[in-house]
Amino acid sequence: MTIELKHIVKKFGAFTALDGVDLKVADGELLALLGPSGSGKTTLLRIIAGLDWPDAGEVSFNGENALAQGAGERHVGFVFQHYALFRHMTVFENIAFGLRVQPRAIRKNEAGIRARVKELLDLVQLGWLSDRYPNQLSGGQRQRIALARALAIEPRILLLDEPFGALDAKVRKELRQWLRSLHSEISVTSIFVTHDQEEALEVANRVVVMDRGRIVQIGTPSEVYDNPATAFVHGFIGESIVLPVEVSQGCVRLGGRPLLDISADGAACGASKLFIRRHDMQVGPAGSGSLEGTVAHVRSFGPVQRAEVALCAGEGKTVIEIDAPRDRALQAGDLIGLQPRRYRIFAAQD
Amino acid sequence: MSATAGRRSTLPGFGLTMGLTLTWLSVIILIPLAGLFLKTFELSLDQFWGIVTSRRTLNALKISFGLSFAAALVNLVMGTVIVWALVRYRFPARRLFDAIVDIPFALPTAVAGVALSSLFAQQGWLGAPLAALGIKVAFTPIGIFIAMIFIGIPFVVRTVQPVLIDLDPEIEEAAASLGASRWHTVFRVILPSLIPALLTGFALAFARAIGEYGSVIFIAGNLPNVSEIAPLLIVIRLSEFRYADATAIAVVMLVASFLIIFAVNRLQRWAQTRIPTH
Repeated sequence: MTIELKHIVKKFGAFTALDGVDLKVADGELLALLGPSGSGKTTLLRIIAGLDWPDAGEVSFNGENALAQGAGERHVGFVFQHYALFRHMTVFENIAFGLRVQPRAIRKNEAGIRARVKELLDLVQLGWLSDRYPNQLSGGQRQRIALARALAIEPRILLLDEPFGALDAKVRKELRQWLRSLHSEISVTSIFVTHDQEEALEVANRVVVMDRGRIVQIGTPSEVYDNPATAFVHGFIGESIVLPVEVSQGCVRLGGRPLLDISADGAACGASKLFIRRHDMQVGPAGSGSLEGTVAHVRSFGPVQRAEVALCAGEGKTVIEIDAPRDRALQAGDLIGLQPRRYRIFAAQD
Repeated sequence: MSATAGRRSTLPGFGLTMGLTLTWLSVIILIPLAGLFLKTFELSLDQFWGIVTSRRTLNALKISFGLSFAAALVNLVMGTVIVWALVRYRFPARRLFDAIVDIPFALPTAVAGVALSSLFAQQGWLGAPLAALGIKVAFTPIGIFIAMIFIGIPFVVRTVQPVLIDLDPEIEEAAASLGASRWHTVFRVILPSLIPALLTGFALAFARAIGEYGSVIFIAGNLPNVSEIAPLLIVIRLSEFRYADATAIAVVMLVASFLIIFAVNRLQRWAQTRIPTH
């Protein structure tokens, strides 16, 4: 099932939640809507599901106008952040709900319903919980039951709103991998909303980055990570060092001092921001790079050492955090040279 | 915060509050009720049985319990409808209607009785058109039924209202996206979630109607065996100085009420274990 959104606008009073959103989702895709809270991603998901209606714009599924249909007619599975399980029903009845409320003409008989629910319980690997009530389950189990319930109606599209938002870090990691393998198994067109960039990059085939009601970039995880389209995307995805610089006549200056080996690369003249990934900062002896600084503090864990470096340039107060490999031990007080391997310059107001 | 305390609870004050609770319940409820039972021991078992199974007593009890049950059922249905309107929709004067629900709580019951009986009397605003249809309300059992509905309505509304307010709108959206019609959503998702609160509201309205005296006696007509409620029969026996007779009827009412409320409570506990409030 393909989804096409054309110029979706949605306002809540004076607040514009969605400001002209265009999006095409290919059949079988696993797409992440990524953005900070208030960026409109959940509103967009609810509009696709038919739980909210846009003020303007078009929504079509396989070229067919979806706005003419209510939520129940769209055959869209929706998984809520807080599960929204029916607490007076057992796990079994929760999953069976969508099958039991079908019109009589297409409704399965009791044996058919039982077989389908059992199949779904096996799919989410929770068959042993079928007689429990939702309040007897852990958060991760509830989320999987909510997913099974949404899949029971054989949805054409699966939508998940912050599916792992309410879970603790470890369970979240497990469920991410599980969701990805589940998607490759059932390959239904799926969209999930998240504010967690790691989750989006790790799970999705394609990431849609949203900010203030607009889509700012669409791309594969590596595209949005390696080639962020705007300063916002660079700052939001991955951890970045941001330095306020001045661009004039092809020369980049930090606090009045020109930075050697950093080209303006066609960036417009004026106040700008220099973005560097933490791990893209090459450490060398003092005087070897375009930046110089004193190590203030070092923390070592895993494969990297994270150092706070007070830059000599600028007002002498700029402190940045870099990730350096552990082969060259850094110590507080060291004077080091820094050379960005990769960097991007965006105009300051972006 | 004494340093010598051995086991300390994070919720201190158990002894104090438990002691106060027991003392208070004893003084206010248990001792007067014990007095009631003691008084009935002035009667022999045969006398007691004779009073309790007399035609007039049985009819009075039947009227009290039967009409109270019917009134509580009506309140259960209409109270739910009222709660739904008050909670789910925004309309002019909603807060005023919300406040009106509480009037039966505060109004002296005799005032309510007088107002209802003049309204439903044969020349009254509602009584006259109903009389034209051949329905006589005032001074008949229907009048008792109406007074009982009047005093019971706030109990259902006030118990169910907070639960409906807290009901997560997402569960309705989930039902809708699973293809449920509005009818299915209301009857399979929303109402079942309200069952514990509905049972409590029903029990309270029922109990209140059984004990109601003031408003009913003005509208009932108080014909023995036809429109005489048990509390009135107790008052009549008292005015005849037949105290033991009065307490015998009271004991039967007490035991019956207790059994009913206990049964509803059990039912509610059972529902609550299946439908936790959180």
